[in-house]
Amino acid sequence: MHKLLASASKELLLLTRDLGGLAVLFIMPLLLVIVITTVQDGTFKTIKQNKIDIILVDKDHGEVSQTILKNLKSSNMFNIIEHVNENEAQKQIQNGKYQLAIIIPENLTSDLNLKISENVAGILAKFGVDEEEVPQEKSEINSKEVKLYFDPATQFSFRNSIKSGINQMVSKIETKTIYKAFQEEISDDPLEEIFDTESFISFKEIIPNSGKEAMIPNSTQHNIPAWSLFAIFFIILPLSINMVKEKNQGTFVRLRTHPVSYATVLGGKAVVFLVVSLIQFALMLLVGIYLFPLIGLPQLDVSGRLPLLFVVAFFAGLAAVGLGLLLGTIAKSQEQSAPFGATFVVILAAIGGVWVPVFAMPKLMQTLSNLSPMNWGLSAFYDVFLRNVEFIEIVPEIGLLTLFFLVTTSTAIIYYKRKNAV
Amino acid sequence: MIQINNLSKKYKGTDFFSVKDLNLNIAEGEIFGLLGPNGAGKTTLISMLSSLLKPTSGSFKINNLNYVENQKELKQLIGTVPQEYALYPSLTAYENLSYFGSMYGIKKPLLKEEINKHLTILGLSKFSHQKIKTFSGGMKRRINLIAGILHNPKVLFLDEPTVGVDVQSRKAIINHLKKLNKKGTTIIYTSHHMNEAEEFCTRVAIIDHGSIVIKGDPKKLINEQPEVKHLEDVFLSITGKALRDYA
Repeated sequence: MHKLLASASKELLLLTRDLGGLAVLFIMPLLLVIVITTVQDGTFKTIKQNKIDIILVDKDHGEVSQTILKNLKSSNMFNIIEHVNENEAQKQIQNGKYQLAIIIPENLTSDLNLKISENVAGILAKFGVDEEEVPQEKSEINSKEVKLYFDPATQFSFRNSIKSGINQMVSKIETKTIYKAFQEEISDDPLEEIFDTESFISFKEIIPNSGKEAMIPNSTQHNIPAWSLFAIFFIILPLSINMVKEKNQGTFVRLRTHPVSYATVLGGKAVVFLVVSLIQFALMLLVGIYLFPLIGLPQLDVSGRLPLLFVVAFFAGLAAVGLGLLLGTIAKSQEQSAPFGATFVVILAAIGGVWVPVFAMPKLMQTLSNLSPMNWGLSAFYDVFLRNVEFIEIVPEIGLLTLFFLVTTSTAIIYYKRKNAV
Repeated sequence: MIQINNLSKKYKGTDFFSVKDLNLNIAEGEIFGLLGPNGAGKTTLISMLSSLLKPTSGSFKINNLNYVENQKELKQLIGTVPQEYALYPSLTAYENLSYFGSMYGIKKPLLKEEINKHLTILGLSKFSHQKIKTFSGGMKRRINLIAGILHNPKVLFLDEPTVGVDVQSRKAIINHLKKLNKKGTTIIYTSHHMNEAEEFCTRVAIIDHGSIVIKGDPKKLINEQPEVKHLEDVFLSITGKALRDYA
């Protein structure tokens, strides 16, 4: 115990003597979480509040195009710039001035009405409703295309959401036109309302809460756990560099002549770097609670969750420290440990679901994500932050994180012993 | 005190033995000098005796303790002063010594006493709270020495403890080692300073190509050779005057 305390005390001294390194250790993760949350919150606001300029080329000038225009305007997402020339609109998109141009084809309204009228008349004739009229020959009407020109730089998800929005709009117009055609065929009074044209099915967003209070997650609630975890795991860099430095300084070699176990040496490092990761996490929470509202970001709500959050942070820190100890033991130079450590953390974050949710990944990556300690940590954080669970419900995740620490640290000790056996 | 039997070391990727079938007995209380040109195998031998390197074959015992079976006890018994300054540059002299002393299991009141005693003897007490990175080469060498003797080892291995230091620092180091020896510490040291070894050692061994070429009391070795006045002449007559460069 005396040797472990002395080791931890030495590590603490080494850390506090490197003020620049210490600042990087604490400030960079905070900067990271502030920047990421601001960017993501900005994207959210772009869609919700800031309007996107889009071009509309209306070649139809009919009811359908007017309905599309009205719906686009009422969505409050777009500033509509009306153009007359499709080629000109295409050019503007190509050179990146606008992200989207919608081209409504000629005679869309008249052709749609004609097509639907013919279909309705045909159906009614089959049922014998419209007996006095002999069905006419069907006109040759080609299907119509609403063209969407996208800036190639636009994100796939943005393109998809716009496409599905326009599709929904067009379907609604088609349905209303069908109802209208039936009404015209059946009733002589155009004001008589036979059909209710409003949508019968609507959507309601509900977050299941199992009887407990559950929150609607905002960008802060999503980002703080994800990026805190990322920062906690980034501790493998300074930790492994610290160990490689000791090898190069010769102090590790000197320690091998001392009656002290490698586990004790690692223990001293683990204690200090675990405390560092907890301080990092506490600073992240403080930023989310106090700084974010001041800079216009949503406030982090930790009410009633603080002890469990620190439990998760502790075990995530333990896993990160274990990985750092293993890397520091194996790496021979800073040129090995620094790039490997940085890249490996990014890979762990990627497969752990920090950027893209696990369910949205390909099957192989979903399987791989089960092996990422960041995935276990993130699941535990989301359980506490967003699902408001009890301690017992995060035991599987923190159990895995502890196992990861034990496996990595034991591997480091075994590797060291084999390498330096006499 | 030290019995070495047929000790050999061949590094991976080399086709020669750095230490080959070496046999040596060192008695308690000796100051034994391992002399030899660059690459002769001195550091390899000391590294094996300090439990830093695994011998390829052979064995050794220190104070009747086997180096494989009694490693922990052996490490408590020996002190090692490496050739490099194995110190933390951003920690003070006191913090460095306090840490390495603690790793020998020395508890605080005694540790503080030992550190202050050695710092005073080696003229560094007023610099105890200065960071190592501000120290001169000679000061670092002295701190390097103290870090290996804080636990009053029975056997002390020193790998070129006076290399690159001024005459004053060298004298201070040698005098301190002599005092330790008088108190019962057996010293095994390597050096390129023949005059220093001649004056300091009770016995020396000249090693070349991994084997002991000659060993004995330095004064006797000088007397046994015709027209030789110093140990350096003995050394050159045995190892030759050709340059020893190893890439």
